Amino acid sequence: MATIAVERPSQTWRGGAAYGAKRSALVAAGLAAFWGIWEAYRFVGERAGITWPFTVDATNMPHIHDMLSALTKPLQPGGPRLIQLEWHWALFTGKEALLGFALGGAIGFAIAVVLAHSGILRRGLLPYIVVSQTVPILAVAPMVVVGLGTKGVKPWIAVSVIAAYLTFFPVAMNALRGLLSPDPRSMELMRSYAADRTAVLWKLRLPASLPFLFSALKISATASVIGAIIGEAPASIQDGLGGAIVNFNQYYSTGPERLWATNIVCAALGLFFFLVVLIAERLVLRRAPEHVA
Amino acid sequence: MNDRPAVHIKGVSKQFKAGVTALSGIDLEVRPREFVSLIGPSGCGKSTLLRIIGDLIEPSAGAVEVNGKPAHRARLDHDYGIVFQEAVLYDWRTVAKNIALPLELLRWGREKRARRVEELVELVELQGFEDHHPWQLSGGMQQRVSIARALSFDPALLLMDEPFGALDEMTRERMNLELLRIWDASGSTIVFVTHSIPEAVFLSSRVAVMSRRPGRIAGIVEVDLPQPRSARTREEPRFFELVTEVRERLAAGGLELEPAEEAS
Amino acid sequence: MSLALRRQAIQWLPALAVFALGIGAWQGLVAAFHVQEFLLPKPSEIARTFWDERGTLWHAGIYTFKEALGGFALGSGLGILAALLFAAYRPLGIAFMPFAVAANAVPIIAFAPIMNDWFGLLNPFSKMAIAAVLCFFPVLINTLRGLTSVDPRSIELMHSYAAGRASVFRRVRIPASLPHLFAGLKIASVLSMIGAIVGEYFGGPTNALGVTILNASAYTNFPEAWAGIVLASAFGILFYGAVALAELLTTAWDPSRRAFHTE
Ligand SMILES: Nc1ncnc2c1ncn2[C@@H]1O[C@H](COP(=O)(O)OP(=O)(O)OP(=O)(O)O)[C@@H](O)[C@H]1O
Ligand SMILES: [Mg+2]
Repeated sequence: MATIAVERPSQTWRGGAAYGAKRSALVAAGLAAFWGIWEAYRFVGERAGITWPFTVDATNMPHIHDMLSALTKPLQPGGPRLIQLEWHWALFTGKEALLGFALGGAIGFAIAVVLAHSGILRRGLLPYIVVSQTVPILAVAPMVVVGLGTKGVKPWIAVSVIAAYLTFFPVAMNALRGLLSPDPRSMELMRSYAADRTAVLWKLRLPASLPFLFSALKISATASVIGAIIGEAPASIQDGLGGAIVNFNQYYSTGPERLWATNIVCAALGLFFFLVVLIAERLVLRRAPEHVA
Repeated sequence: MNDRPAVHIKGVSKQFKAGVTALSGIDLEVRPREFVSLIGPSGCGKSTLLRIIGDLIEPSAGAVEVNGKPAHRARLDHDYGIVFQEAVLYDWRTVAKNIALPLELLRWGREKRARRVEELVELVELQGFEDHHPWQLSGGMQQRVSIARALSFDPALLLMDEPFGALDEMTRERMNLELLRIWDASGSTIVFVTHSIPEAVFLSSRVAVMSRRPGRIAGIVEVDLPQPRSARTREEPRFFELVTEVRERLAAGGLELEPAEEAS
Repeated sequence: MSLALRRQAIQWLPALAVFALGIGAWQGLVAAFHVQEFLLPKPSEIARTFWDERGTLWHAGIYTFKEALGGFALGSGLGILAALLFAAYRPLGIAFMPFAVAANAVPIIAFAPIMNDWFGLLNPFSKMAIAAVLCFFPVLINTLRGLTSVDPRSIELMHSYAAGRASVFRRVRIPASLPHLFAGLKIASVLSMIGAIVGEYFGGPTNALGVTILNASAYTNFPEAWAGIVLASAFGILFYGAVALAELLTTAWDPSRRAFHTE
């Protein structure tokens, strides 16, 4: 047993760069493969007349290069290019998502801290935290927007509240798990020092919960973008990606590549949020040996 | 200082909720500056007794006094330094910060902390590893960190639960000598749990032999080997006699041939 | 037995108390502050509407639940299969997982309208497809994590018995992955309901729950809209509960869960 603990992979700069290059190559290869499969399936499907599970034609499967080139064209003659519009929509939806992420993260963490300290509250409230996520938020969204509107809250902030509703859940559950994770020995050690709750929270529970918290924040990053997108649609907000999806969906048969292009932008926004949290995690948890996938 | 016992265990019993009687009717006195070992078969309640002394769990009956105070009071007064079988270090803290943890909780200033940590690192011979994380250390080094942490605030009483159980024989013998040196230098009282008869005899001033469940004290062996002990001590005939005596007591206690009264 | 029952009762008592208090407070506050019916009708109002419309609502609920269930089964099944494949052929997993993780970070729900366009608004498969895609990635990621983060010592132990690959899977990897698998399935159960309803929001048959809620709101029949929302939630809870029960029955040994739910 008296062996030197397992060596961690050294994170030298060179190693990091080589690793990054390999990753990028892998991503490029993956995207290329996806493109190839998409176009091949469409090519074969159109010729062979595949109708199951869906009809393969130009409307259902636009060329990927058409989706990308749709971004460079103006929506109406003389207007701004689609990509410029998408940029503004993405900024707007990103703003809603960011506020929702911050709100949801803070509330979720506060809930976890309270529940970590009381078994009775945990038993009383934990089921409802799960239940909260079964409410079809899309159906409730109009009420939230109008209800908060009567209190003078701007619609985009109301959408943030909807995003926060989806965001707080993973944070609350995972942070709670993390705050309860210290093993009995570590708790006894603290007890032997007569440490009070605050000290146990700051010196033990909180650091122990960080890996759990970051796993949750990665889920929440995406959840906040989802909340912002699906909150906009029923709230009839036209300035963001959700509104654009509703719009382009109505004109799907004449311009399917616009809906696809908008979805690609949504994907990029979600990935961006995720990557920011991922990088934050790498910086903060640099020392922790846990494998956090 | 005075002659009231450092630890006074009075009629302690412990039943767990599951219906297990772990301890029954334990009486034991530990004098200040004494080194007492608890030894007994697995599951006889040694860890349980240690945790009751440390006020980590409550006895079902009886009471424990430490330096004339109830155990609870003693814990709040920071009278205990505890060392577990595993080192129980915090992965997110460096060696120096792990050692400083109790000092932070006692609100020592930064500089005072740093000075004390430096002394302790020297005491447990870990110079150069202050900024390492626990997972970069060997098992023996980790255990030395946890001993340094337990000593950091000069607790009146050190409670050690098989602290060297996971170490190889060589390291273990060296750690034994180090522990005696530290004990001598720090002037604290030690209650030590072990499975190893030679270790108990080598370290202790008295060995309390416990019997199988429900745990009782089956006998106490006075270790009259001269202080300070050294590697030589292990070769003395008296050492072997005492080892044999403890072994016989253990065998007898295990079969519950002798009643507990003959102790002390 | 009766002791176990008592323990269960004590376990759930606080939750029941919160439920009663919550409904009472809702009723009281809506009445006291004259909240507009549009925002939040009284629970008694919702309950009455629910009773009056029970036939329609129930059928709509079952219809949508079937969509969710189909999507759940399809997505989770494929997710588990993919995880087994990636765990058995590690290079495959190493190559594909970054894409799965990235896909999981994409707001896939934004593709719901496209599924409607692909499979047809009225075809329940369009909702199942979106639910299945939503379920696939969390189940895949969680299951694979469970299959591959086994303590190396327990694998070594199996090797010392000269156990074959299949045996290691059956006796170590799969049991060890169950808590993770169920974590994924619980997420998927909730997501599948959300997926079905979002899909219906972008168009579906009038006997679907999402469409019923939407139409009720459009005709300013708010108690009915809320009754539909409550029903959707109830189906989600039942679904989640069923998965949690299955977990309880198969992973009673998992110590982390016990600590989490009780003291
Ligand atoms: N938390 C607990 N709940 C129920 N029973 C317990 C608990 N802790 C210990 N026990 C029981 O009390 C008895 C004594 O346990 P204890 O850990 O004190 O033994 P020990 O002498 O330290 O054994 P070992 O030498 O193996 O460490 C055992 O029979 C054990 O099953
Ligand atoms: Mg023990």
